[in-house]
Amino acid sequence: MNATLDVLPASSIAEPAGLLQRGWRRVLRRPVSLVGGVIVLGFVAVALGAPWVARVDPTATDWSQIRKPPSAAHPFGTDDLGRDNFARVVWGSRVSMQAGVFSIVLAIGVGVPLGLAAGYYRGALDQVVMRLTDAWLAFPFLILAIGLVTIMGPSLTNATVAIGLGATPTYIRLTRALVLATAAEDYVQSARALGAGDARLMGRHILPNIFSSLLVQATVSIPIAIIAEAVLSFLGLGVQPPTPSWGTMLNAAQQFLDSAPWMAWWPGLAIFALTLSFNLAGDGLRDLLDPKDY
Amino acid sequence: MAEFLVRRVAISIVTLIVISVIVFTGVRMIPGDPARVMAGTDADAAGLEEIREKYGLKDPVPVQYVRWAALALQGDLGRSIRTRDPVVSTVAKKLPITIELASLAVLIALAIAIPSGVLAAVRRNTAWDVLASGASLCGVSVPNFWLGIMLILFFAVRLGWLPASGFVPLWESPIANLQRMVMPAFVLGAALAAVLMRQMRNSMIGVLAADYIRTAYSKGLAGRAVIFRHAIRNSLIPVVTILGLQAGALMSGAVVTEQIFVVPGFGRLIVEAVFTRDYPLVQGVVLITASSYVLINLLVDLSYSLLDPRIRIGGAP
Repeated sequence: MNATLDVLPASSIAEPAGLLQRGWRRVLRRPVSLVGGVIVLGFVAVALGAPWVARVDPTATDWSQIRKPPSAAHPFGTDDLGRDNFARVVWGSRVSMQAGVFSIVLAIGVGVPLGLAAGYYRGALDQVVMRLTDAWLAFPFLILAIGLVTIMGPSLTNATVAIGLGATPTYIRLTRALVLATAAEDYVQSARALGAGDARLMGRHILPNIFSSLLVQATVSIPIAIIAEAVLSFLGLGVQPPTPSWGTMLNAAQQFLDSAPWMAWWPGLAIFALTLSFNLAGDGLRDLLDPKDY
Repeated sequence: MAEFLVRRVAISIVTLIVISVIVFTGVRMIPGDPARVMAGTDADAAGLEEIREKYGLKDPVPVQYVRWAALALQGDLGRSIRTRDPVVSTVAKKLPITIELASLAVLIALAIAIPSGVLAAVRRNTAWDVLASGASLCGVSVPNFWLGIMLILFFAVRLGWLPASGFVPLWESPIANLQRMVMPAFVLGAALAAVLMRQMRNSMIGVLAADYIRTAYSKGLAGRAVIFRHAIRNSLIPVVTILGLQAGALMSGAVVTEQIFVVPGFGRLIVEAVFTRDYPLVQGVVLITASSYVLINLLVDLSYSLLDPRIRIGGAP
């Protein structure tokens, strides 16, 4: 018994798997989330490479090709102005990605510092920020966006800002709650006992520890923001024609449901596929980052 | 209990005041003369002077706010620029239609969410659970306006079973009304069903692990009785809370759904108001929506503190 142990070479003892390796194994346990992540990356690639994916100009009208069903020349058919639907769906992914990502970046940029300050300093500041947040949350997302777009005028930038401001209170609340929990942890208290200042405590000890929860929330809110942009554009309050966006395409499609139903299929399928993939990937990311599971 | 009530009501009042300040400031941020913004571009000098007089536009801004808020509390939210009708009566005319739509949507959502959530929790990790969770994920991800267009395409254009759009008042013909409301209500309820089903499943799983459920089983109650008499009832409380919080999503959804199915409700009103730059109407609608959201959630919080005695001891929510 002892002899076998003696001859066992040191290298054959299992090395503890690295963080990346462990992470990868957990990812493989959720193939559906992996597929979702790959599809999201696919959409990112299409959005970045739109001029190379779609060779046709998405705004070029062709009066001889009005509302033609899908064919070899136009795989997704053409719209009411004879424009190629495939090119429009491809270019529309840019608009969706921009609105989805930038609005949430804005929400994080505004919400996280406010939530951090409220949760860290507590007191009167906390009360003021939280009452403002309560009031802000009372405006339904779309009603708030409609109100802001009314003031600022309809455009992609304003729609993005409106969606971002609509998502901000969620980040204020989440950050505050996370900060309240984290600030009470022993490692934060001991850093404070060692003389760390407010900025160091927040930047080095609290923020890195709440980062993963914020990231998970971002994967939940980006698909919501993408749908919100499509809705605003569908209502005519977002992207203005002739810029292709999935929402405006669906708006145009609505008038031709009986004669050209393909105009409604593809932009809607694109939104559905992108948001579903985001949600699947987000579920996987949540499992991956949730330390409770270890 | 009294302390909790007072605190909860006080927070709601503060929230309502902050909301009114935000709405008031919002309209002030529209570029141009505030009197012209409220009276419309085709108003004459006398009309402008009347508005200036009514809202005291020459006074300091805080004084203007107080005057505006006092008028709003008395139910005077100004007049629509386009129709010259009072904003409050315009909204009151449209609101019942949206309330009918939203109530039907909630009924449909509950009818889908509760049975499937219970089934997914009781048959956890089986094909039923996977199916229900998958359907819920799709429900959250599908853009409701596209779902609406697809339903019109299938049931109205292809099969011709239901009218594609339009509205018939309930009191004129209940059947024609329901025929036109069922698709929009389903579209509005689908996302809600998905959210509620998830919540129902999770809270049911939590309840099924509780001691009193084990006690109920061990005293010999049949599985069916335990689930129906003990588990479902206790799982419903968080579902009711989520339902209150989803009221905002429901209002947003109504805007889009009414637009697709041409239902002449509250949601269509706000979109029309935005396009005609009818600022007093937009302002009124936004203020009423946000205030009702606060009141709905106040009622939800108060009602479940009455339903569940444990919440009363906890004090502040």
